[in-house]
Amino acid sequence: MDISILNNALAAAIGLDTVIYALAALGLNIQFGYAGLLNFGQAAFVAIGSYGIATIVSIAGLPFVVGILVGLAGSVVFALLLGIPTLRLRADYLAIATIAASEVVRLLARSNSLGAYTGGSNGLSGFAEGFYDLNPFPQGTYGFGPFAANERNTWILLVGWLLVALVALATWAIMRSPWGRVLKGIREDEDAVRALGKNVYAYKMQALVLGGLVGTLGGFVFSLGRAAVQPDNYATAFTFFTYTVLLLGGAARVLGPVVGAAIFWVVLSLTDGVLRGAIQEGWIPAALMSSSQVGQVRFMLVGLALMLLMIYRPQGIFGDRRELALDGR
Amino acid sequence: MAGDTHAPAAAGATQQTGQQGTRKEAATRALADVPRVPGAKKPDPVLVADGVVRRFGGLTAVSVDHVEIQRGAITALIGPNGAGKTTFFNLLTGFDRPDEGKWSFDGTDLARVPAHKVARRGMVRTFQLTKALSRLTVLQNMLLGASGQKGESLLRAAFAGIWRSQEKANTERAMELLGRFKLDKKADDFAGSLSGGQRKLLEMARALMSDPQVVMLDEPMAGVNPALTQSLLGHVKDLREQGMTVLFVEHDMDMVRDISDWVVVMAQGKVVAEGPPDSVMADPAVIEAYLGGHHDVSLADEAAAAELEKEIEAEVEAEIAQDDAKDGHAR
Repeated sequence: MDISILNNALAAAIGLDTVIYALAALGLNIQFGYAGLLNFGQAAFVAIGSYGIATIVSIAGLPFVVGILVGLAGSVVFALLLGIPTLRLRADYLAIATIAASEVVRLLARSNSLGAYTGGSNGLSGFAEGFYDLNPFPQGTYGFGPFAANERNTWILLVGWLLVALVALATWAIMRSPWGRVLKGIREDEDAVRALGKNVYAYKMQALVLGGLVGTLGGFVFSLGRAAVQPDNYATAFTFFTYTVLLLGGAARVLGPVVGAAIFWVVLSLTDGVLRGAIQEGWIPAALMSSSQVGQVRFMLVGLALMLLMIYRPQGIFGDRRELALDGR
Repeated sequence: MAGDTHAPAAAGATQQTGQQGTRKEAATRALADVPRVPGAKKPDPVLVADGVVRRFGGLTAVSVDHVEIQRGAITALIGPNGAGKTTFFNLLTGFDRPDEGKWSFDGTDLARVPAHKVARRGMVRTFQLTKALSRLTVLQNMLLGASGQKGESLLRAAFAGIWRSQEKANTERAMELLGRFKLDKKADDFAGSLSGGQRKLLEMARALMSDPQVVMLDEPMAGVNPALTQSLLGHVKDLREQGMTVLFVEHDMDMVRDISDWVVVMAQGKVVAEGPPDSVMADPAVIEAYLGGHHDVSLADEAAAAELEKEIEAEVEAEIAQDDAKDGHAR
């Protein structure tokens, strides 16, 4: 066991995965945390962003800025398609529709018939150069200690964290406004808000579109950071991890998703390093666990951590316990 | 000092009671000549409903031929359980859609208008099961009630400069209303921490934030601690004194007798009687609706019960014969 375990864990706190999940969870926070919308298809909004860039650049050969515009437009269309039929109905209909639609998006991207546009199950690559051509950092290593990164990673992380900061700032600004108050009212009881003369349907639609757009930003970072897209990265597990991140940090708190994402990836990295180290040193007998099983066991440990959190701090890291005490009434 | 602070309040109170007399008298006078029959025409109706029908499968929950609600009066809507009062309420406020019928509010057609637009036109409602927004503070609950807020548009929400002054004015108004309902000390508490009665008060105060013309209260006394009942009654009377029309559903007959100027009785979806509280409560149709036609016969007495059975059979047979005659006539 050595210091690299800690280094890796610290690096994970600001790493690419943290940025991607922070953005996805910031979007989900607008939908679920503030408006109470059960969107179980956040993975699809991320996928639309990722494939927007990948397909437009590598198949259509257009500049990546066009890909970004297509991704954002696609995300709005997807949100409207989901919202128009379901948002007038009870909350669970949105959950059913979104989880199904998200799988439809992934399976379409994976299908042979659309393979010419999406690369099928292999996905696409070689579309990120347009983005890295804009990199102002010359070749070299930036940062210090565990946070050192080459010029490409520095560039994508810088852009990613700027996006996170901007989205968090925008969330703070709109959620303290009367608009945000209506959203929180809808989360509590939409009939009461309707009785006060607010067009609940329009507010829910705005929240769904807005949260989806933020998820799509996460998709841009995902595809550009990895320089590749692969359909199975956008399975339902992505959405469930995003919920985990959101609940870890505390829903309906501006920085909850960001801190939740950092904790999630630090814990994953730490457990991974510690378990692998312990197996190497022979502290864990091979009969109990082999190093190839570490990948699964660490998710079990994250699950355990989440259970403990729900028992001892059910409001998440940033939540207000007073609010939860009201739920039982 | 204490005398100083009390004096204006007392003066206000006397002024209010003085006014109360006039508004209450005005309502009583306006309704004095209205015939005591279902569907009676009122001198100045604010709400007029015609042929409103709502069916749930085979069950006709509401079938109101004609009803008018007098402006500036307190009208009670009473009836036994399952009479369709709440369904009728939901229809009028756009929370449910009728199968047939139309109604107008202040002269404009209101049938099939969505609930939020009904509220914007000045007809707000409360709910039988109080809908305090638990995880919002009492003040936030109040502010949500204000209408025409600039900051409620997404495009303007991020720019606090646009809505800050309006928000300040709304907050002042909210605090003033909360003061009237004695909730001002609770302004920063979560609404979920209030008692049942306080939630009813909050819901009423919140509805007033939009300066409505008509306030519709669905069972305002349900689940309220008796100690708060009087204060709640006072607030409902106060709404009339401020020129609002009140329509409420209630089971508590003492309350109905105490505060209403006019009572509409529903049974099995229909309006069966109308009139001032005292005359309505003496109406045999109302007593029958509530207690059934033979409420004065004890079933413990076998002879009386047997007699009652015969009586009912005879009644039913007569009814069937009548129906047959009607059918024959139609053919």
